[in-house]
Amino acid sequence: MSDAIESAEDQAFRAEARDWLTEQLEGPFAYVRFRGGPGEEDEEFEGRVEWEKAMGAAGWTGISWPKEYGGRAASLSQQVIFYQEYARAGGPGRVGHIGEGLVAPTILAFGTEAQKQRFLPGIKSGTELWCQGYSEPAAGSDLANVQTRARLEGGKWIIDGQKVWTSLAHKAGWCFVICKTEPDAPRYRNLSFLLVEMNQPGITVKPIVQLSGTSEFNEVFFDGAHAPAENVVGAPGQGWKVAMALLGFERGASTLGQQIGFESEFKEILAAARENGTAKDPVMRQKLAQCWIELQLVRLNALTNLNEGTTRPGLAAINKLCWATWHRDAGELAMEVLGAEAEICAEPPYALTRMQSRFLFSRSDTIYGGTNEIQRNIIAEQGLGLPREPRP
Amino acid sequence: MSAASAEDRALFRDSARGFLADNATTADIRRWMATDLGYDREIWQRVAGELGWPAVPMDEDHGGLGLGLGETALLMEEMGAALFCSPFFATVCLAGSAIRLGGSDAQKNEYLPAIAAGELTAALALTERTGRIDAAAIRAEVKADGDYFILNGAKRFVVDGHSADLLIVAARTPGSAGETGVTLIAVPGDTDGLARQALATLDQTRRQADIQLADVRVPRGALLGELGHGWPVISKTLDLGITALAAEQAGGARRVLSLTVDYLQERVQFGRQIGSFQAIKHRCADMMVKVESALAAANCAADAADTGDADFPMLAAMAKAYCSDAYFACAGESIQLHGGVGFTWEYDPHLYFKRARASAAMLGDAAYHRERIAVGLGL
Repeated sequence: MSDAIESAEDQAFRAEARDWLTEQLEGPFAYVRFRGGPGEEDEEFEGRVEWEKAMGAAGWTGISWPKEYGGRAASLSQQVIFYQEYARAGGPGRVGHIGEGLVAPTILAFGTEAQKQRFLPGIKSGTELWCQGYSEPAAGSDLANVQTRARLEGGKWIIDGQKVWTSLAHKAGWCFVICKTEPDAPRYRNLSFLLVEMNQPGITVKPIVQLSGTSEFNEVFFDGAHAPAENVVGAPGQGWKVAMALLGFERGASTLGQQIGFESEFKEILAAARENGTAKDPVMRQKLAQCWIELQLVRLNALTNLNEGTTRPGLAAINKLCWATWHRDAGELAMEVLGAEAEICAEPPYALTRMQSRFLFSRSDTIYGGTNEIQRNIIAEQGLGLPREPRP
Repeated sequence: MSAASAEDRALFRDSARGFLADNATTADIRRWMATDLGYDREIWQRVAGELGWPAVPMDEDHGGLGLGLGETALLMEEMGAALFCSPFFATVCLAGSAIRLGGSDAQKNEYLPAIAAGELTAALALTERTGRIDAAAIRAEVKADGDYFILNGAKRFVVDGHSADLLIVAARTPGSAGETGVTLIAVPGDTDGLARQALATLDQTRRQADIQLADVRVPRGALLGELGHGWPVISKTLDLGITALAAEQAGGARRVLSLTVDYLQERVQFGRQIGSFQAIKHRCADMMVKVESALAAANCAADAADTGDADFPMLAAMAKAYCSDAYFACAGESIQLHGGVGFTWEYDPHLYFKRARASAAMLGDAAYHRERIAVGLGL
């Protein structure tokens, strides 16, 4: 799938997407353009919720879903096109991405018809936002070690425990929670995937102050929280399987849209280097050229993963490792280009410039969604067939 | 240039891989690298006659298959994986490209079918004492003398220059500077006044030569293009050549990783296959990232050449810079991960390590091509 060859149908799709996005983002939604995204999750939040609803009303959410659930059954190439056009038009950080990108594909693959009818319309219309209840204090890389428990009692799940690193928990109406429901079953067969409403007395959300000084992530405490018995996706005990499938959905077409964001970040670094004269320094020229090379490779590895990822194990992990590492390195390079000026904040007491924010926030890229070290394990074991680590 | 379909390419790759597995084992490579010629003439005749590799990029009017750099790069990748010793790179990717791009109809008719048939080998005598590939590094001189031209100067690091039937020599008009005044001239290897010696090289799998030009006299018809206007052809030839070389580097990196992984699954210490240790696995994972990226970079540049993408020079520079670093890093890791046996002559990692080092320096190192990219980015 290269940019060069595009069918007439795809060209028409691109034109339709571009027209709508341009009209909206240069018109009524100009104020959310380029706002939000990692590290800037609170920017224009209410406006971005309205934007999510407008996208839903115009049929631009859930484009890959089957038509019977309100989707367009868009092909992979069309999804890529949409993400490209979205990024090009300066589309804001999506507030509905967890619902659209993670929950919906999971419900479509594993959910009951009733779950599809209940949950897909809210995601589609942008009226119900979601957050992800995976990590816990004792279950980071070792996700199967979750300690949050749920038990069925009187036709309801009763949930106790704690999740951490939950982005949007303070804004979301719903959370998907991976928790232990079969305490006597062996590891990987003792978990369930529950859909839990956030607005209830048994749930407390506490923001985590990150090293950036901002709080995109939260701790979520479950203290006798409840969910209807039917809100389990897949059978009880199959939660691990469902949870892993969901992580597969996470690495799809959206990474190519992300690429366009990276390109504009790189251009900002180039512009800064030209402006302050570091572009004349031979060492900096080498570093900037290498950064450009690796940016091209982020794109090429994402394309390889998109085209061959289902048949060649390890490519998804290579893709994640590459883009996360590139973004972190680019954050460092931007600081190096700015030199002494990099140190000075936008405003007292601690409002960060965009480059400072990226420099700090990109430290999380190589941690969340599987650390670089976990990706290397996956590449070595699944991509190269090296022996697995001895497991407990 | 037309590109073959994905299915055709896969068949082509399988056939190349099969031929090299049967006919170019490392035992063969070690035998060839000890010879004066540096490759096996009989195998090269089979490569040309049975497999048609040198015909790949030539157009059909000149006995070729009319395929693109994509297919040439695919072959280079497989040859690089096998460390195959052959005149393909010098003859087809460098000198052959210069003739295709800059030759007159008469020159193309004379040389290209012969190259495609494996009857003629050629070399590009561009670099001199500095090893640099920019125009300023060309100091050899060409002067008109009636209907003849006289060449003087010294070339160095000329791949397969010791044995090529034909040399494509870059020289400049006396008093000229930079990109203007540069000319390419086709000089048969047996011309009077031409002296050449193979150099003893650290990488023994590919020969480089010193060439002296002392009042070498060639007829007017030996000029490729017009006197003093040869630089654009050299520049394009170099971008095609470094892309092919990058594919060869990527292929070498791919194989050096796979032979390392094989060893890590055999070798047992502390009662475990050493490939099960995370300290080792993570290094292999980083090698795989480099290998996948190197292959992608070389293929992307080759496709850009075939589709006429205006960014081709940038992408060629990307491919050569990235693949140079990636291959050398992977080959170095291979020695380390083999432990003691990696330091022996008997095991193969050193052959890859030395080829990686030689190729990294050839036709501009990574830093040279990164600087080209910096210029292209407007820095």
